[in-house]
Amino acid sequence: MQGYIYPNEYELQWGLLIVLYPYITGLVAGAFILASLERVFNVKEVQPTYRLALLTALAFLLVAPLPLLGHLGHPERSYEIFLTPNRKSAMAMFGFVYAWYLTVVLLLEVWFEYRKDLVLRAQVAHGVRKWFFSALTLGATDLSERSLRFDDAAGRLITVIGIPSAFLLHGYVGFIFGSVKANPWWSSVLMPVVFLFSAIVSGIALVLILYLVTTLFRSRPVDMPCVDKLASFLFYAMIIDVSLEMLDFLHRLYESEESIGILSQMISSRLFLSLIVLQIVIGTLVPLVLLGVTSPALRRGGVARGTDELRRLIYLVTAVLVEIGIFSIRWNVVVGGQLFSKSLRGLTVYKVEVLGAEGVAITFGLLALPLVILWVLVKVLPPWPDAQARSA
Amino acid sequence: MSAPAAPDGLNRRQFVEAALKACGAAAPLLVAVIRIPAAGGQEAAGGVEAGYDPTGHYYGMGVDIEKCIGCGRCVAACKAENDVPADAAHFNTWVERYVIADDGEVTVDSPNGGIDGFPPLESERGMLRSFFVPKLCNHCANPPCVQVCPVGATFATRDGVVLVDEKYCIGCRYCIQACPYGARWFHPTKRVAGKCTLCYHRITRGLVPACVEVCPTGARIFGEVEQRATPLARFMRMNDVQVLKPHLNTKPKVYYANLDGEVR
Amino acid sequence: MTVKLPPQVPRLAAVFAVAIVALVAVRTALVPATFGKYGHYRAAAVDSIAARPVKYAGRQDCEECHDDIAAQRLAGNHRGLGCEVCHGPQAAHVAAPSEVTPPAPRDRSFCVRCHAYNASRPTGFPQIDPVTHNPLKPCITCHDPHAPVPPRVPQECSACHGQIARLKALSHHVNLPCVTCHTVPQEHKVNPRASRPTKPTDRAFCGQCHDKTATRVAEAPRIDVATHYQRYLCWQCHYPHYPEAK
Repeated sequence: MQGYIYPNEYELQWGLLIVLYPYITGLVAGAFILASLERVFNVKEVQPTYRLALLTALAFLLVAPLPLLGHLGHPERSYEIFLTPNRKSAMAMFGFVYAWYLTVVLLLEVWFEYRKDLVLRAQVAHGVRKWFFSALTLGATDLSERSLRFDDAAGRLITVIGIPSAFLLHGYVGFIFGSVKANPWWSSVLMPVVFLFSAIVSGIALVLILYLVTTLFRSRPVDMPCVDKLASFLFYAMIIDVSLEMLDFLHRLYESEESIGILSQMISSRLFLSLIVLQIVIGTLVPLVLLGVTSPALRRGGVARGTDELRRLIYLVTAVLVEIGIFSIRWNVVVGGQLFSKSLRGLTVYKVEVLGAEGVAITFGLLALPLVILWVLVKVLPPWPDAQARSA
Repeated sequence: MSAPAAPDGLNRRQFVEAALKACGAAAPLLVAVIRIPAAGGQEAAGGVEAGYDPTGHYYGMGVDIEKCIGCGRCVAACKAENDVPADAAHFNTWVERYVIADDGEVTVDSPNGGIDGFPPLESERGMLRSFFVPKLCNHCANPPCVQVCPVGATFATRDGVVLVDEKYCIGCRYCIQACPYGARWFHPTKRVAGKCTLCYHRITRGLVPACVEVCPTGARIFGEVEQRATPLARFMRMNDVQVLKPHLNTKPKVYYANLDGEVR
Repeated sequence: MTVKLPPQVPRLAAVFAVAIVALVAVRTALVPATFGKYGHYRAAAVDSIAARPVKYAGRQDCEECHDDIAAQRLAGNHRGLGCEVCHGPQAAHVAAPSEVTPPAPRDRSFCVRCHAYNASRPTGFPQIDPVTHNPLKPCITCHDPHAPVPPRVPQECSACHGQIARLKALSHHVNLPCVTCHTVPQEHKVNPRASRPTKPTDRAFCGQCHDKTATRVAEAPRIDVATHYQRYLCWQCHYPHYPEAK
């Protein structure tokens, strides 16, 4: 502890689990926006990742409430958020936005996308599996042209609804922080927007990683135009994200409000590693340089041709660095907002546990769990482009 | 006719119309989910002490900085009266000491909230001013903590006191983040939010809060903000009063007399 | 034109309808009965908070039985103190007077919490140096806590004005007794706020030592009182207790 903090500020209230939650919903929103690129904006090149992006979004969305429940003092009372939501509280909309997104957007979208596959699998399966897949079809086994066209139209409509829903799912988290006037690090009009764009960045990077890794494990050829397109969207999204963050930074410096003193102290001492090193250098500058060097504009100009293997490697490394950088952003926002006192006179420390309810171990577990769920989903609902071709 | 229709079914427009109608049908149900008054649940009957009318009161507090001697008896009395955890991280009320040096440098400290008083200053050299500032929940008229509670577990009563419903709080700690004054804390075993209750259980029986009762110099003044014949009314008439962080528009109801500009 | 819906729609609609009806039913059953009565909260919570036990009885309750001590206290310097500052929370004693005995602090450490010298305390508050002031003797030996008149009326102003005295002790005015500039009525030592010492009112006062024509205190710095910043009083710039301060 340094300087003066209010006595009640000794203990940090929002720790690793609350850092994790916006990270996970950001991945969900970002993966879904990526999927919508193909469905609504007809970016044909990323078609091979469409189903994978949907399943990724679903897997992570299923895990999203877990860090929240783990953090609550009384998770057994969490249903109260559905009973008596306070209409003035941004946090109160969590239950409804989540339920809406899970059911009306993701589950419905996945259902419409996979209905035909489910019906066909139910037809060829036996015993328990036959029962399982039949149940999933909800009895809608009609595979006529009309029904299939309806599936397609419905999927497109849901995606159109899903885009603002994804904005809401992650944007409201940004608003939860951005609307706290008591905290000068959080209180900002830009917060929901920055959250959203860093979500898009992390979602695209995640799908890029998963596509490359799964294709490698399945020993299939990587669709290079798809991957190049993903990388270029990642690049554009990062440029917007960086611009927004720089705008916030310049604005703070220029206005030089009362909090600038303690916030500068916090950045240069407590947040040096996570902000300067991890978020800015490793998570933003290095990926921007790597993506810039391999971007189509520069490649046409002959700056960095490189082989497909080299580009894949660069993309993979870049995406991993980006994920680390976005996690650092969440950390810097959530934990950073609590490291300085609201008296603006002191700093405190966050003692991260390794084991324990909000520890590093649980965090890794909660990051691994969606991948396990994704593995299960991939077995039940294969997203592979070649598998799709086979079942057609 | 609009876009090419399927031979025996919906075209796109008809599908969208049907979908919108379905949403329209679902919407009242959704509204009902939020608005329907409940029929179930068991609640104990019986209210506050008979004869007490909350609508006849609107409480506030006054603090006279020039009277506070930093003895910390208020901090100890509050912890005793309200079963606040005894450690150094949970306080309904605490006392801060400000030391302003000749060069303008400000040092603030609050050893264990001031509960054991304050040790003497290392050196008085170069000291321009020094004083004690008791702090507590401001029971704001526009409370940001109430605004952010997702479930309605913290609220302002009709008589102007901000309270926490310990049986309903889910422990999300958003209110603790939203309070600009650091007045709230998280109970380590009950795992709900805690804060100063203005000794609601005392003031509804005609007593004063415990901190006011034990203050030896009368630095804390309890009374009503709106009525005319209470100690607080006189305090506000006879002193130039300020509130903490007025720019946040929380409309605090703890009024400080002789407050120095360095106090945050 | 009749519209035949694809089979997906009625099945999905059925699933959603069942879910929504179930949710509404559960919600109706679970919302606490008093919720929303006075606002977006459980009205019963106000009652349970108001029903918490009282630990401090409050001085009115003490006075009901101990009216003699109360009268004594109200006439003296501790008139502003409640009984429970020193005797602790005694609602239990009020409820069962013969079974619960309030403690009475007799140790020095108790009184020095308020009365030990501390520079941050407001000026005029009676303070002593606990190390030198009758060391080891319990305070109550000389001071009755219910009517704490000092056994000897304070000789030195520093008893209550310790911070000023300490500051002056470091300054060039160290050898000036307080009464040089302040006329102190005897009453002030007994009833400080009712009867205040005087302060000088004009420049000529300081000029008695500091004017170039003055003859007292040879080493005092000299200025021409008539011309030196003549629109101001001396103490508007120079702090008399520490005139070196800028």
